[in-house]
Amino acid sequence: MNAKTLEKLKILADAAKYDVSCSSSGSKRKNKNGGLGNAEGMGICHSYTEDGRCVSLLKILLTNFCIYDCAYCVSRSSNDVKRAAFTVQEVVELSINFYRRNYIEGLFLSSGIFKNADYTMERLVRIARDLRTLHKFNGYIHLKTIPGASDELVHEAGLYADRLSVNLEIPSEKNLKKIAPEKNYKEVYDPMNYLQEQITGYQGEKKGKNKGRLFAPAGQSTQLVVGATPETDRHILSLSESLYQDQELKRVYYSGYIPVSDDNRLPALKSPPLLRENRLYQADWLMRFYGFQAEELTDESEPNLDLRLDPKVCWALRNPWLFPVDIQKAPYEMILRVPGIGVKSARMIITSRKFGKLREEHLKKMGLAFNRARYFICGFNGSLKLHDWKPEVLKTHLISSTHQNFGQTSLFNA
Amino acid sequence: MTFLYNGSWEGLLCVYFQVFNENQSPDAIHVKMSSSVSLFSIGEEVPLIDGHAERVQQKLRKTSPRFLNRLFKIFLSEEAGREMLIYRLIRLQLQDINRALADFRNPDVRLSERIEKKINREVHRMHAFVRFQRTADDLWLAPIQPDFNVMPLIGRHFEKRYADQKWVIYDIKRNYGLYYDLERTEFVEMDFSMNGSLEKLSDEFLHAEEKGYQKLWQNYFESTNIKARKNPKLHLRHVPKRYWRFLYEKHPG
Ligand code: SF4
Repeated sequence: MNAKTLEKLKILADAAKYDVSCSSSGSKRKNKNGGLGNAEGMGICHSYTEDGRCVSLLKILLTNFCIYDCAYCVSRSSNDVKRAAFTVQEVVELSINFYRRNYIEGLFLSSGIFKNADYTMERLVRIARDLRTLHKFNGYIHLKTIPGASDELVHEAGLYADRLSVNLEIPSEKNLKKIAPEKNYKEVYDPMNYLQEQITGYQGEKKGKNKGRLFAPAGQSTQLVVGATPETDRHILSLSESLYQDQELKRVYYSGYIPVSDDNRLPALKSPPLLRENRLYQADWLMRFYGFQAEELTDESEPNLDLRLDPKVCWALRNPWLFPVDIQKAPYEMILRVPGIGVKSARMIITSRKFGKLREEHLKKMGLAFNRARYFICGFNGSLKLHDWKPEVLKTHLISSTHQNFGQTSLFNA
Repeated sequence: MTFLYNGSWEGLLCVYFQVFNENQSPDAIHVKMSSSVSLFSIGEEVPLIDGHAERVQQKLRKTSPRFLNRLFKIFLSEEAGREMLIYRLIRLQLQDINRALADFRNPDVRLSERIEKKINREVHRMHAFVRFQRTADDLWLAPIQPDFNVMPLIGRHFEKRYADQKWVIYDIKRNYGLYYDLERTEFVEMDFSMNGSLEKLSDEFLHAEEKGYQKLWQNYFESTNIKARKNPKLHLRHVPKRYWRFLYEKHPG
């Protein structure tokens, strides 16, 4: 590795960092050939950036040369930045050598569009193929599908990658066309739908030549840029819901728009909308693990998530007649909907109450946010006498007593 | 009544074999110290008896493999009072199967769950923060210093992942490690004083490319930062300072 590689790595890692996805979980790839690596099981964050994001994969662009001019992107053709391109060999060697030192779980490779979509996609696929076949690499590979690439190449990508993603980026086609004139939704949805079909097909294959063969075993994901265009949270969440249901995506990532340019097609934000991004992740989490529907999470009259309180509390305050919930008898699904109770504490409540009555002192030690949950539960010795709280009053109270917790991790205790 | 054992998991299981078999109720269980003045040297010494440890394990595994696994992790936690905690959990489990895993009204059940979580987190951190350095003769070396004695729990993971390279992961605090020779993994004790310390291996000892890759990695890490999103508090929660010691990306230059 020489100084040139170092210089390229700086440029091409820098240009890739705005894609927020870094997951390396959900694959089923095992080390069966005595080679290098293993991608089964949950992903691992090998380090964390100073902004607290997980570093799990070597996330780079093959090149930041691009023929397109999407306003929100640092690599857009009209932007004055240093350009560079890796060779296939360089990416392969970096991936393997980082992996062997346990720096990473694998490779996340994306690219600007060089010449045309197929020309670019062909190179991405070649890197994945070399890693798998020549180097017996079983670590995680996430490839970006280049919009407009042919089905054949997309299919081949699926044979070598663990996860594939096509980014919608802008949450409505109308606004996408305004700021990324060369792009449209069809070029994103076509490969997504094609991949969905293939993934289901390979999974269902019980005999024949493809039996047991992996095809993008960690599924697909996409990214939405938030705050660059005027879509509401209600719109964004229902878009995500349809992506989870119709395209069966594994993850939708939200990326608070970071002003990377003074391009006049975009708003001049002072700082990225991180709190809004965080609320969207919380809402997304509620859809995936708590049984919420997108439309429950916002109101038609108030189509954006409240930045002051998390979306679960807000939902509860809009639906006071569903509370209090009887902690001794209510079904799991309802316990899970209580603000301040997470998946883990809900399970503890369900398994423990089979052995006897739950008391306040038990609840307080089961990892739930008791001071929040207490307004919404009853049936134990410490139940509040008055449960007919006025939503507005309780809301003000909760806002003033909440220490806002910034950053993605707060999701896990919601 | 106080019982003493030799400090090993097998030794401890032999204590349980005896107390449950003979219906004794222990007040304390300790590792036998060699020094005769130690407070912990008075009590009944339970010897290792062939087959006893395995019979206890079998019985517990039959009630629930997950339960046995949790007990072993509690043992590795080096937590004070762990021997009695395990004793009480076994008693509970034998009375009412699976209560010991499910009834969180019981403080011992909560405590055991917390300890297991702590160990799992440490195992996960070792999976994440191990950093191998390649030596000139193609051995991949990583020093670690975990909060708990998790070495017995991390071998499988690295064996599967690095099946085609020889590696050593070494606990510099407890002075033992794991050595994988492409066929099997063994516990080893090693002396690195010839080549500097394990942390700062001398240049001749390292592979010619090693420093270059460390530099690339540091650089990569630098480039992934998004200044506009800086959040040092969150950062420290994920990677507490004590783990930085072996992470090259945290020591640029
Ligand atoms: S096509 Fe991709 S790389 Fe090129 S400008 Fe648009 S978003 Fe950026």
